[in-house]
Amino acid sequence: MLALIGRRILIALPTLFLVSLFVFALQRALPGDPFLVIAGEERDPEVIARLRALYRLDDPIVVQFFAWLGQVVQGDFGRSLRTGEPVLGLILQKLPVTLQLAIASIIVAIGIGIPAGILAARRKDTVVDYSTSALALSGLSIPNFWLGIMLILVVSVELKWLPASGYEPFFSDPIGAIERLIMPAFVLGSGLAAFLMRHTRSAMLEVLRSDYVRTARAKGLDEDAVVNRHALRNALVPIITLTTILFGELLGGAILTEQVFTIPGFGKLIVDAVFNRDYGVVQGVVLCTAIGFIVMNLLADVLYILVNPRLRQQ
Amino acid sequence: MAVTETVALTGPAEPILRPRPSVLARLFRNRSALIGGAVVLAFVLMAVLAPLLPLADPLKSNFLAIRKPPSELYWFGTDELGRDLVSRLFFGAQASLLAGIISVLIALAIGVPFGLLAGWYGGWVDAAISRVTEAMLACPFLILAIAFAAVLGPSLTNAMIAIGLSAVPIFVRLVRAQVMSVKAEDFVEGARAVGARDLRIVVRHILPNILSPIVVQSTLFMAQAIILEAALSFLGLGQQPPAPSWGQMLNVAKNFMEQAPWMSVAPGICIFLAVLGFNLLGDGLRDVLDPKEN
Repeated sequence: MLALIGRRILIALPTLFLVSLFVFALQRALPGDPFLVIAGEERDPEVIARLRALYRLDDPIVVQFFAWLGQVVQGDFGRSLRTGEPVLGLILQKLPVTLQLAIASIIVAIGIGIPAGILAARRKDTVVDYSTSALALSGLSIPNFWLGIMLILVVSVELKWLPASGYEPFFSDPIGAIERLIMPAFVLGSGLAAFLMRHTRSAMLEVLRSDYVRTARAKGLDEDAVVNRHALRNALVPIITLTTILFGELLGGAILTEQVFTIPGFGKLIVDAVFNRDYGVVQGVVLCTAIGFIVMNLLADVLYILVNPRLRQQ
Repeated sequence: MAVTETVALTGPAEPILRPRPSVLARLFRNRSALIGGAVVLAFVLMAVLAPLLPLADPLKSNFLAIRKPPSELYWFGTDELGRDLVSRLFFGAQASLLAGIISVLIALAIGVPFGLLAGWYGGWVDAAISRVTEAMLACPFLILAIAFAAVLGPSLTNAMIAIGLSAVPIFVRLVRAQVMSVKAEDFVEGARAVGARDLRIVVRHILPNILSPIVVQSTLFMAQAIILEAALSFLGLGQQPPAPSWGQMLNVAKNFMEQAPWMSVAPGICIFLAVLGFNLLGDGLRDVLDPKEN
């Protein structure tokens, strides 16, 4: 098993290298000279020359790449061109905000998606199945930023039940945090719930057809025990492999949700950076996300090996 | 023996092989494809007919009709510059559908050849292409599209390029996997045996046999591309004002939620229905063209 995990880590390394190459190329492909932005109005040639030397712009491109890679490996993801702050610091500062939203959304997604998937599979080809499937397809087709706007219109503007925007850390003001989280978490979580529902449904249908479920039924177990004790456990295993897709959806969705509900998180950081032409931040965020994505992928693989007895014994 | 004969004689005279109904006939019998196709057709007509219909100029401001609620004169109301929302929705359909089509074409134009190369040659060609694909897939779709849009600059054309480029790895992976399963078939061996060259085998024999999953994936990706274009425009990285697009209309509308809530309703419904249409059509096409994938 350890060898299997080791092999997965080895496969991830070239991907990481290529991602860094891609991010480096992105930085070089950017329009205009970013140093003219930092050099300010006067564009003092001395300042520009110093910056060029600092960023090794006069070295051959390969030297530049490896020098940059060396910095990244040491945890230096570059600096914001606007404020000079380290990008990693900025990301770590915004991460708890997005993490709070992400955790709440995952609770919504799992709370709705998995039970709905089980229900649809157990009542296959009935009105329940058709309506949950239709709801899931609608959930996948609805743009979450529009759903957010509609919720604000009805719940905040018309009914005045919940605040329309803002962020409150959970541990300093739990009630305020929950009030501000309900709508964004529902907006971000409902799309994921639709995705989870479709996958749970098809995984359950597959498992419910298997021999061991038939055996469990044949020995007289009641249907709830068959579903909960035998079918569900096995149906949930392939869902682990969806973790990375969910992670991507969550991050992408968070960008839009944070924009709608004015939440000062990771997503707002990248959008603001794009508009401020702060390429240092854009590049750092892309690299950080990609590394996070690869690590998540690796974790999902390891988890899959751990929960799957057949792979565990290899 | 006698029993068998009796059964054979009295059994229903059903032919063993029935001619398979054509793809079109099967599509018409598939409810999902039919509804999805009708919705998509409606939006295509909306986009194509927009310049021919007696609609108000979607770009012309009317300062006497600023933020008017829906009425007989303005069915969906007007926006912050007094422009008729019906007209902007019709012309906005052009941007959304165009974004979908162009980005799918870009993804196909790059993804299919590289997928064919990786699947057909295997070895180091496959390893190299697969690693690059994995590296691209290591970045969430919207972040990748935002990164491209940041490099290229905000505009509808660049949004289409960004969406198309970010979808390339999906098509490379799909085509590669399909080629690998088809290349072991007898007809490929046959083509090789009569001395056909690689290019001919791939283009004339393999490509036509893997078209179905490509068509299905392209349709489903159209849905995703429409949402992505709307998302990029909503963030201000797609269609630039004053030209209309549904996402960009929502971007403006969110600033007037209290004063003019109607501005947010119709563009969102259009995006939702268009995406739903392509998703339904894609699901239906998959049932008809590629049943084992379902």
